[in-house]
Amino acid sequence: MTAPALDHSPGFLAEARRTTLGKVFLSPKGGITGAYLLALVLVALLAPWITPYPYDAQNLPLASQPPSLANWLGTDEFGRDVLSRIMYGARTSLSVSVTAITVSVFIGMCLGAAAAYFGGLLDRFITAVIDLSWSFPELLIALILVAIIGPGLTSTMIAIGVAYLAQFTRLTRAEILALKNETYIEATIGLGASHSHVVFRHLLPNAMAPVIICGMLATGDAIILEATLGFFGLGAQPPVPSWGAMMSSGTAQIFKAPWVIIFPGLVIAITVVAINLFGDALIRALDIKSKIREG
Amino acid sequence: MLSYTIRRLLLLIPVFLVVSIVIFLIIHLVPGDPIDNLVRVGSTPEQKAEITARYGLDRPLVEQYLIWLSQLAQGDLGTAIVMRRPVADLIAQNLPYSLTLGGLALLFSTVLGIAAGVIAAMNKEGRIDRTVMTGVLFGSTMPSFWLGLILILVFAVQLRWFPVSGARSWESLVLPVLTIGLGGMALVARVTRIAMLETAGKDFVLLLHAKGLPARRIQLRHVLRHALLPVVTILGLRIGWVLGGAVTVEYVFARPGLGMLLIKALSQHDYPVVQACLLMLAMAVMLGTLLGDLIQAAMDPRVRSALT
Amino acid sequence: MALLDVQDLSIDIGGIKPLDSIGFAVDKGETLGIVGESGSGKSLTALSIMGLLPLIGGRVERGSIRFDGMELTRLPEPDYRRLRGRRIAFITQNPMTSLDPVIRVGEQIDQVARLHLGLSGSAARRHSIEIMERLRIPEAATTYHNYPHQLSGGMKQRIVIAMALAANPDLIIADEPTTALDVTIQAQIVQILGELVREKGVALILITHDMGVVAQACDRVVVLYAGRVAESNTVSAIFASPRHPYTQALIGCIPRNAMERGSLVGIPGLVPSVARYPAGCRFHPRCTRSESLCEREVPVLERLASGAEIACHVADKHEAAHA
Repeated sequence: MTAPALDHSPGFLAEARRTTLGKVFLSPKGGITGAYLLALVLVALLAPWITPYPYDAQNLPLASQPPSLANWLGTDEFGRDVLSRIMYGARTSLSVSVTAITVSVFIGMCLGAAAAYFGGLLDRFITAVIDLSWSFPELLIALILVAIIGPGLTSTMIAIGVAYLAQFTRLTRAEILALKNETYIEATIGLGASHSHVVFRHLLPNAMAPVIICGMLATGDAIILEATLGFFGLGAQPPVPSWGAMMSSGTAQIFKAPWVIIFPGLVIAITVVAINLFGDALIRALDIKSKIREG
Repeated sequence: MLSYTIRRLLLLIPVFLVVSIVIFLIIHLVPGDPIDNLVRVGSTPEQKAEITARYGLDRPLVEQYLIWLSQLAQGDLGTAIVMRRPVADLIAQNLPYSLTLGGLALLFSTVLGIAAGVIAAMNKEGRIDRTVMTGVLFGSTMPSFWLGLILILVFAVQLRWFPVSGARSWESLVLPVLTIGLGGMALVARVTRIAMLETAGKDFVLLLHAKGLPARRIQLRHVLRHALLPVVTILGLRIGWVLGGAVTVEYVFARPGLGMLLIKALSQHDYPVVQACLLMLAMAVMLGTLLGDLIQAAMDPRVRSALT
Repeated sequence: MALLDVQDLSIDIGGIKPLDSIGFAVDKGETLGIVGESGSGKSLTALSIMGLLPLIGGRVERGSIRFDGMELTRLPEPDYRRLRGRRIAFITQNPMTSLDPVIRVGEQIDQVARLHLGLSGSAARRHSIEIMERLRIPEAATTYHNYPHQLSGGMKQRIVIAMALAANPDLIIADEPTTALDVTIQAQIVQILGELVREKGVALILITHDMGVVAQACDRVVVLYAGRVAESNTVSAIFASPRHPYTQALIGCIPRNAMERGSLVGIPGLVPSVARYPAGCRFHPRCTRSESLCEREVPVLERLASGAEIACHVADKHEAAHA
């Protein structure tokens, strides 16, 4: 019994290398970053049960303490544990960015598909709006939207979603335009298939992979954008911790307690690097490098 | 080339009109009565009526827009509600700071980014390449406000080399320029490197080697020249990113400038100022894109022939 | 001793060995054809002689390339560089992409004369225009100032040839110089190259897949198959009596006036990719006459009394009848 079991393991590895996800996780880049991201998501999900302290437990006598055994990453100006707040902050930062980008990718796909498929005036209108907004920095678009809607998590999500919409619409449109001229699509249209059938059954599924990966990479940028809005005090409102908001309140204490600023920023930088490297590994596994990362 | 420049400048007019409509509408998009957004809390009904009359808010929207536009053409940007000064004065006061910061940051990221990209590409897959590209990756993933804070901690607080904030001396420019510039440098380095590697595989480069030109000269005179074309395009398109960086950095370093003015106006709901700031930023974006296209046409004869 | 003598040349590109014991020689005033299908290693042979293998991550693994008494495989790069463009010139496959698109064509020719002959700006320009005129480029002085995208394919190829000639080289390697061009232009280019060999005594290596071009322009020919020499001989002998089944098949592919309908044949199958060369004779899977020996043993390149060379287990190696 043991011999076949041993035989099985290299076979399994070889098998796994053939699937896309297997390829990603078994590459050195994808493996480490994938594990980190998975752990981060778990921390975010389980934060209420696994943090050393509640995120809002104030302990004024122990305010602004440097990292120690009791508080690994130190405490902030109210004596709250920085590590616990970072773990909770992951909940806010990840859920806001992921939700915003998911919705944005979906809407961007629909707009891009509509523009490319129907062409004409609709295409011109969408392209013009997209081109215009694309040259504006995402931060500026988000700032204006938050200013109009008012600060808070919901408006942060809307702002992020709108800020990145141009990118996804653009990419979907380009992908679909390329696909539309392929013979099988022309044949399907020629056979009298309905618009929605062609778009949803044939065009979108084939155009999806690059757009979704682009969305994944944008999630990294969205985390930074969310933190920036939070830093301006326009995102999550106290006492809900978010990475950006933590640093915003930390600036006042920057000389006394720099760790309140250093650690959340470090976590953001590492997370965004991990998302980028994981995305690279995914791109390599799917072999679609040329389509993404342009501009 | 001259006629192309003029044509492109004329083409900016419709784009500018569209942008101005969007910016004009912001006041009307904000929830609530636009008058409430334009008057300060506790204003008397007389003041309210005066504001309504001044902004022509009782007239049709199209007319309001035309009035606003004609005033704009005369350089009249309205009066700030909270700051109680002509908006044009505020802009004139803050614009030079932003231009200096943005210009220097752009210069910094272009020069160093291209240099880093060239060095990485010439040592393709080697240790130097990997080191540079890892640095670039981190440079592009750090939130700029955090980078600014860290630079303050290290260079202003610990080493005391540069001031923490303000805009009184040239030293106060160093850290803000670094903060914006490092992120931009990462972008430029990445584009330069990829473009150089792509160009190096082209047939004409092989022929240059076959002609006996030294490898270094081929890289710097021919390959780099081609690699700069996409770099110029990206820089022209993403000039807005410098502006976005400037907004954050001005806030972090408490520097006067358009970004600082915008953030302040946003939080005070001073909409005429918001409109003016956005208009300035939009114009910078449009001119940046135009400049990018012009430089590209100057560099690439194929683009030039396509124009005529 | 020949001007260029390549012996037993094998190269390595990232562990793959696309050339295996190639050998041939070419002398002044002579044109050597190297023929084979795409993937047979023709272009890599050219890169090896130019010393440009490192550009694509390759290196010479074994063998020698002797040029005018110098051993090129051991030549330091700075010396090699002075040879390239000066004494050994290269004409690339695709004129459409072989010129730097953002530099005036004249200046690209100047580069060679300035670099290798030490000519100053205006002298180099006169030199370039002279060469352009010799290549029958109309209005050379105007064309000099054009950018590549303003010229036709045939004109671009002439510019590439002008670059090759600018420093009066002793050896020109032309890698499929006519493939990308119209038939009428092809003939002109082949004619221009032929004149160079006759009038200036240049040695020419003409790499092609077109037996017609070989018949028209070459003195000797080397037939490559999958990185090995299949057969080499003088052009007249090889057309009169091809011995290797692959050469026979290649010649069978040329359409001729007197052919009967249906006698034009292609060669079944494709050249195997470098990673999957078959054992034994690499041609045996496509060969109509292969025997079991061909599947096992690599045929040795045999030199016959007439100077012909052939690597085949089954070919007729008697010479009497044809000599």
